[in-house]
Amino acid sequence: MNRAGRVLAVSAGIAFAAALTAYYIVSYLMMTPPSVAASGSAPRARLTLQTVASLGFKPHPDWVSYLAKNPQGKWVHGTILKVPAHSLVTVTIYQYDTATGLRNPFWGGFHGTVGPVTVNGKAIKTLDPSLASHTFAIPDLGVSVPLKGVADKAPNQCSVAPCTLAEAHNTIVFTFRTGKRGTFRWQCFVPCAAGFILGFGGPMQSLGYMDGLLEVV
Amino acid sequence: MTIPHTEVGPARVPRHWLRMVVIWAVLSAVAIPLIVLVLGPHLPPGRMTSEAGSQRDANTLMTALLAPIVVSVLVFFLYSIVAFRERGAAIVDGPPLRGHVPMQTAWVLFTSVIVVALAAWGSYTLIVSSHGAGGGQGPDPVAVPSHRSQDLVVQVIGQQWNWTYRFPAYQDVETDHLELPNHSPIEFHVTSLDVTHSFWAYQLGVKADAVPGVDNVAFVHTRDDGNFNIRCAELCGLWHGHMFQTGNVVTPVAFKSWISSEQKAEAPNLRYLPPFGRTYFPAPFRRAG
Ligand SMILES: [Cu+2]
Ligand SMILES: [Cu+2]
Repeated sequence: MNRAGRVLAVSAGIAFAAALTAYYIVSYLMMTPPSVAASGSAPRARLTLQTVASLGFKPHPDWVSYLAKNPQGKWVHGTILKVPAHSLVTVTIYQYDTATGLRNPFWGGFHGTVGPVTVNGKAIKTLDPSLASHTFAIPDLGVSVPLKGVADKAPNQCSVAPCTLAEAHNTIVFTFRTGKRGTFRWQCFVPCAAGFILGFGGPMQSLGYMDGLLEVV
Repeated sequence: MTIPHTEVGPARVPRHWLRMVVIWAVLSAVAIPLIVLVLGPHLPPGRMTSEAGSQRDANTLMTALLAPIVVSVLVFFLYSIVAFRERGAAIVDGPPLRGHVPMQTAWVLFTSVIVVALAAWGSYTLIVSSHGAGGGQGPDPVAVPSHRSQDLVVQVIGQQWNWTYRFPAYQDVETDHLELPNHSPIEFHVTSLDVTHSFWAYQLGVKADAVPGVDNVAFVHTRDDGNFNIRCAELCGLWHGHMFQTGNVVTPVAFKSWISSEQKAEAPNLRYLPPFGRTYFPAPFRRAG
């Protein structure tokens, strides 16, 4: 190969490597998980979530997960939730999973809620920690609500998300108050990750499953 | 070609040694009081507890002791650059270096005295005056305050990803926020429910590993009102960086009213808590999908 040909080949190689690198960097930066806005606006908003025993689709069909309903009424597999600042946010969670039980029974109590917490329409003061399937907790806002699991032998259990109201579930409704703007993590405190050491791997350590962000905007 | 050089009579050689000692003494005499009186009160971790105060005193002492040593190195270095710089083109080898027994002996003695004195002082504060200096001492602490029975026992429970606290003197109530009474001896019992965490209450001067199955004891004596930061200092999973809380040291009266309001708020859940223990192995009650 002559000199010009060598220069051309090396330049082409460098350009290809640079393009590949740029492609990875740009696609990494663009890779934001879907965020779901609450419906309504300040000072009152509504969030609708569901928890499922197994997602039923890729990338982790057998992982336990949260899903969120967007304002158009469609279920989204995402845990980045957007709520207005200085507002009362009413959360409705359709809980389709069975109970695992809390490692620390302390989280069986309700914290940081405004007004009653209802399970299937009935107000309760605390949950027997052994009946907890998951918790919805925003520790930095002092919010923590345990979610009652469906009975182990309940008929018509859901195994593919999104689950429908025809399948066995509990409906938990509570309200919390948001303050100033900011991003806060939320998580589950039940060691619900079946098949992982101490029940705390996989979905318990992954955004989009048992962990999420609350964007107060 | 012969190298030209200037003959200088011995009387006209400046007394470099004396000059350096004088410069060093003046700078050190300025630096030490500045460190002790001006910088010292701002050194971490403050004085919210006696143990934090001892840590700050240690930081002040070390900084003050270091100052004359740093100053001596810098003075010698800068003085040499200025006074012994070879001017002109010629480079002549300097006089040979020889040992100086009195200087070497003084150096060894002086540094040994500093190190041994610091070790003695450090051991004294660690064991006698600040009772483990706020560090976790494991389940059987050696450096124990004299009136331990009067301590307010606070169990610190680490879990993925939050801290909770149990107060055996108040019906074993558990909280997810920490308030402490001022002017009181506190006995932290740090443990974990899952992986290893580390309870780091910065302004209290406390850092103790939270290990599942281990009761790690740390003592502090509160002496200033204020807020303190609690962080997890052991990588523990996804939200490790969010295992952050702000605690408060408040008056004993305010503490009493806070703990009784917590007891009231936690009453419905209290019967579900396990009996107070030094450690917990609470496996999930049931296993489900
Ligand atoms: Cu969960
Ligand atoms: Cu931690």
